[in-house]
Amino acid sequence: MAERLKADSKGQDAQTAATTAETAALNPAKLSASQARMQMLREFWHYFAESRGAVIGLVVFVLLVVVALLAPVIAPHAPNQQYRDALLTPPFWSEGGNAAFILGTDAVGRDILSRLMHGARFSLFIGVVVVSIALTGGILIGLIAGYFRGWVDSVIMRVMDIILAFPSLLLALVLVAILGPGLTNAMIAIALVLQPHFARLTRAAVMSEINREYVISARVAGAGHLRLMFVTILPNCLAPLIVQATLSFSTAILDAAALGFLGMGAQPPTPEWGTMLAEAREFILRAWWVVTFPGLAILITVLAINLVGDGLRDALDPKLKRS
Amino acid sequence: MLRFFFSKLFLIVPTFIGITVVAFGFVRVLPGDPILLLAGERGMDPDRYAALQQQFGYDQPMFIQYFNYVLGLLQGDFGTSISTKRDVLGEFLTLFPATLELAIFAIIFALVIGIPAGIFAALKRGSVFDQVTMGAALTGYSMPIFWWGLLLIILFSGVLGWTPVSGRISLLYFFPQVTGFMTIDSLLSGQKGAFQSAVSHLILPTIVLGTIPLAVIARQTRSAMLEVLGEDYVRTARAKGLAPRRVVGLHALRNAMIPVITTIGLQVGVLMAGAILTETIFSWPGIGKWMVDSISRRDYPVVQGGLVLIAGLVMLVNLTVDVLYGLINPRIRHR
Repeated sequence: MAERLKADSKGQDAQTAATTAETAALNPAKLSASQARMQMLREFWHYFAESRGAVIGLVVFVLLVVVALLAPVIAPHAPNQQYRDALLTPPFWSEGGNAAFILGTDAVGRDILSRLMHGARFSLFIGVVVVSIALTGGILIGLIAGYFRGWVDSVIMRVMDIILAFPSLLLALVLVAILGPGLTNAMIAIALVLQPHFARLTRAAVMSEINREYVISARVAGAGHLRLMFVTILPNCLAPLIVQATLSFSTAILDAAALGFLGMGAQPPTPEWGTMLAEAREFILRAWWVVTFPGLAILITVLAINLVGDGLRDALDPKLKRS
Repeated sequence: MLRFFFSKLFLIVPTFIGITVVAFGFVRVLPGDPILLLAGERGMDPDRYAALQQQFGYDQPMFIQYFNYVLGLLQGDFGTSISTKRDVLGEFLTLFPATLELAIFAIIFALVIGIPAGIFAALKRGSVFDQVTMGAALTGYSMPIFWWGLLLIILFSGVLGWTPVSGRISLLYFFPQVTGFMTIDSLLSGQKGAFQSAVSHLILPTIVLGTIPLAVIARQTRSAMLEVLGEDYVRTARAKGLAPRRVVGLHALRNAMIPVITTIGLQVGVLMAGAILTETIFSWPGIGKWMVDSISRRDYPVVQGGLVLIAGLVMLVNLTVDVLYGLINPRIRHR
């Protein structure tokens, strides 16, 4: 019961916060545009920071970005440097470990920690590129489908259905087989497979917005199709897209690693995490560290991003917020 | 109801046509001539080339080729494997039971743990149990399962020596394939220890393939339960003095299961993608491994046929889920 009460009072807090924001928005004389924006951001952060997991995820993610950016500076060794006298050295805390190789070395004597640090660059790069392509494509397609409806919409949505009918990893595998193995092609394939989710979301959001009064008034005021689509409607459809983009970011990293693991993604000696795992497979029963750390890196990254995604969804979607 | 069923069926026809176009186009956009590919490095004299071209119908216009291809599909002709020379449908049907068996075990594993975990997490919302369970669920959801499988092999096969590393059954046993399900066939064979061997081979792959569905189902059950527990009819049931167990079991759970069932149906695609990785790690002779091997062997007829079969299967399951959903929830079908 006490819990119930607490939840209720929390809900009230949220309501008051929302009302303040509304009154602030309704009184432009009191608040300038930038101040209103600051207010919105503050409110958003208030909700986001309510979830401890989301904040932890964000911190881990920022750390990962820093490591990725500074990898050439902070990595103790070059990622492809082979130390022939230190093959399969265990991590420094186990027997036979060497403090020069904190997380040990792989079968050809490369420092695992350095490779992981450089691998962070690849993974984050993959995430950014894939999400950018999928998001841009999905928004364009979804906007067109949702705005014009009719046969354009039918055709587009059927094509999206076809892409979604294939298990995503299988389709990505086949696409890579056509395009040829490699990181670039893997990214294109994954972006293509993830894109329909964005198209569907955008279309649904556009359809729910298009008959609102602000859109009609903009149309009556003489706004053209392009202006209506991109300036009037799109900004109001962004919340679900941001959440989906975060979740796709982690999916992209996972799928790229899976393709690398299957030998269809980044090719050796690239220090991509999935590729590192593929190379380590034959040593699983002899050298646990070669297998454990790259996977751990993938898990931590994906988990951090998913935590942020959950937090974003709770903060951006008021309907799901208190459920 | 029939109208609802047919409207759904009608919707998937264009999708299925699209799938065949993708599979048909896939081989055509590949670099290289399919007949020269057959010939290999020895080459081929022009007469033989022309004869083969005619035999395979490659000299005809594209749309006639496509038409013939679809006609073949409808008659069960999914092409012939280049490496084994067997027909693709036959290979698929031989290997599919292995994947199906693994998938069934994985989904049972996910349900048996996921649903109770989700229910208790919802009932004890905010408790340590809730936080730990949801933390574990998000971790499972973020898991690179190919790595997870390797870790389990290191621990249970390497260090502890409890489970076998790969395959479906120990090489010591041999018996005819009746159902294709190793657990059932081993029992039917009556050989001592065969069933145990089959089960011990299933444990790790089941856990690996079931992890993501488990996480999704636990999260979905929790949020569905939370939503239902806040409904008026649950409050009424509580207010009229029903035992908490009855309120949860009868009033809340039944309604909370509707979205969960949909989620389970949607996991089929996830399971197929997971099967590709799981089967590769454990050398499980199912269709996931078959597809990966065929792609790396460049056995394109198999890839082409497998794509159509797998996508068609996923589509059929989704259709079934849609229809079942309409049966359970009449509001959906009258929309």
